Amino acid sequence: MTATAAPVDTAVVVVPKPHDSLAARILRWVAKAPVHIVLFVLGALWLVPTLGLFITSLLPASTAASTGWWKVFGHPSELTWSNYNALFHNQGMINALKTTAYIAVGNTVIVIIVGSLAGYALAWLEFPGRDWILVGIIALLVVPLQMALIPMFKLYDTFGLFDTVLGIILFHAAFGLPFAIFLLRNFFAGLPKDILESARIDGASEIRIFLRLILPLGLPAIASLGIFQFLWTWNDLIVALTFGQNTQPITVWIFGQLREFGTSIDVIAPASFISLVVPLIVFFAFQRYFVQGLLAGSVK
Amino acid sequence: MSVEPPVAAAPPPTSGEPGRWSRYTAGALFLAPAFFLLFVWIIYPAVYTIIRSFFGQQGYIGTWVGIDNYKRLFTTSTLTTAIKNNVIWVLVVPLSVTAFGLVFAMLTERIRWSIAFKTVIFLPMAISAFATGVTWRIMYQQDPNVGAVNALGKAIKGVITPPGVLSSAAPSTASVVQSGGGLVLKTPLHPGGVALLGLTAIPPDQVPSGAKQAATPPQKSDQIVGTVWRDFKPGGGVPGKVEQGELGLPGVTVELKENGKSVQSARSAADGSFAFSGVKAGTYNAAVGASTFAKPWGGFAWLGPSLITPSLLISYIWIWAGFAMVVIAAGLSAMPRDVLEAARTDGASEWQVFRRVTVPLLWPVLTVVLVTMVINVLKVFDIVLSLAPESVQSNANVIALAMWRTSFGGVNDFGTGSAIAVFLFILVVPVIALNIRRFKREAEQ
Repeated sequence: MTATAAPVDTAVVVVPKPHDSLAARILRWVAKAPVHIVLFVLGALWLVPTLGLFITSLLPASTAASTGWWKVFGHPSELTWSNYNALFHNQGMINALKTTAYIAVGNTVIVIIVGSLAGYALAWLEFPGRDWILVGIIALLVVPLQMALIPMFKLYDTFGLFDTVLGIILFHAAFGLPFAIFLLRNFFAGLPKDILESARIDGASEIRIFLRLILPLGLPAIASLGIFQFLWTWNDLIVALTFGQNTQPITVWIFGQLREFGTSIDVIAPASFISLVVPLIVFFAFQRYFVQGLLAGSVK
Repeated sequence: MSVEPPVAAAPPPTSGEPGRWSRYTAGALFLAPAFFLLFVWIIYPAVYTIIRSFFGQQGYIGTWVGIDNYKRLFTTSTLTTAIKNNVIWVLVVPLSVTAFGLVFAMLTERIRWSIAFKTVIFLPMAISAFATGVTWRIMYQQDPNVGAVNALGKAIKGVITPPGVLSSAAPSTASVVQSGGGLVLKTPLHPGGVALLGLTAIPPDQVPSGAKQAATPPQKSDQIVGTVWRDFKPGGGVPGKVEQGELGLPGVTVELKENGKSVQSARSAADGSFAFSGVKAGTYNAAVGASTFAKPWGGFAWLGPSLITPSLLISYIWIWAGFAMVVIAAGLSAMPRDVLEAARTDGASEWQVFRRVTVPLLWPVLTVVLVTMVINVLKVFDIVLSLAPESVQSNANVIALAMWRTSFGGVNDFGTGSAIAVFLFILVVPVIALNIRRFKREAEQ
């Protein structure tokens, strides 16, 4: 019966007056005005850096180095797509973008497959030492990847994985796994027990249960994980910087230009913006899963 | 269910039960790929790194050196700087991020457009720390005409202490002398006199806008009039003389002084003229105060050696505040409303409700945010590489970056590099213990 209130507010049962007078509504709005203003200013402040990067990416290097990007609002004729045009004819950047995509997609697929297999085993298969394995995986959750850089550098050298996309993918996959297994195991363990039990009684094999039941039911968690892993590796710098030389994802490629920050700003700014467009699209398209993954990873 | 004996839920497999081994095999097969990756890429290298940290600097193994590498960690200045900086990071970032997140989450609770606000704050989480570094490097440029942060600072500072009309100028004749940052006309003045304040060395772009041909106002018996002008024209001109083609300097504050004490002040007009009226008989001097020549603010060196770490901290908080906000908001929405309402009904003020009810109930969530941020901050790397210019990277150094530089930055000192990695690992061990304890507690429930 509280049709006037927003659904969120219905939990707090402050019996609404039958007819909210206009004056009361205005008064309430005015009382809240400071909060609105503060939030608006904060939101604007938070947007400014990204906006600044975007506008800078549309300016010629000489303008960007001598004039603040915000002054362009006075003379918008300065804005040009030519930086982007030049970048999309830059083979180095194109290759870097492709490499980034291979690494991000490749390792995400591996982490999802390997992680959900292990997550299922740890959630639904009974075998001795299962809880110890889980404890071990939790212990691995926060091991800094710096612990592996030097030995893997040597190992990759020996096995010819240095400076390959595969080498970078596998490194990311391994360090993404503890979180993946932890997240998926927790989600799978929460699935209704009866469905699995009855499938087993019906004689379904474990692999069949996994493919036909667990994967479809676990899709929300898998989506969260996939988005996380994708963003994490798309945005990586340290792994590719260590194990790549000519195999450069976009971050490493931009890093190579940083030495001449002022004069190369017409390359650095648009390339940085391109590098964050894909994560932003992924983020906006799957925001819900992203937030769910975040909460599952930290609150549980 | 009917087939199974009526034991409690989740019966453990009894030995001898058929299919036990096949289930074990299935478990092993499901886990095998994960084991392979975890073992080869994490466990084996971690053990190797620990061992390697006791061996010499060069090559893949080197010679046994005991704890020398660890000693170097606390004696080499680049490494101690890194550790000190990381201590600052740990002290500042987790608390700030949590505080921002808490404030944002509380403020947005009853706001209709909270989704839009949260999206904006959360946005930086999707962007790489590396690109964030580039983004903020543009913001932090020192010249207030180029860097947005200093432009804001300049705008605020301009309101408090406005910059002078002229930032650079010199007297054109010997009768005007510099004194205490300003200028004084030595020639004594009497009522009815004329003060000519000629200035040179003013670049054309610094001539105040609206300047017109300089002119001397007509003399009056009870006034002291004068002109402050740019005593220069193409081709030279005669110093000390107001000539055709020379511009007046508007907006300059001229003071009339008697025995060094200011008695009147006037602002010059577009043609540089000014007048003091009602001047009593006596001997005076005309002077231009120091404020006229105050240089515009040059901006803070955010990317300089002393401010680089604070700059990095700000950018990092900008990234992670959204994370804290989302996690804390989830905690808030799961909070029992009736407890809050009960406290309010009992007459608790909003602050008391916050302090005594909200924060204690949220405490587990706040701890999670704090711990997560401590781990993140210990591993911080990319943003330092992209935000700090190369010249100040030694000032901005952090543990993870020091590890990388030592191992792969040209020196290839794998011994010390391993020791730094192990040091980093030791720092996160308490968190590992914490996580396991939390997991066990939850499993028991």
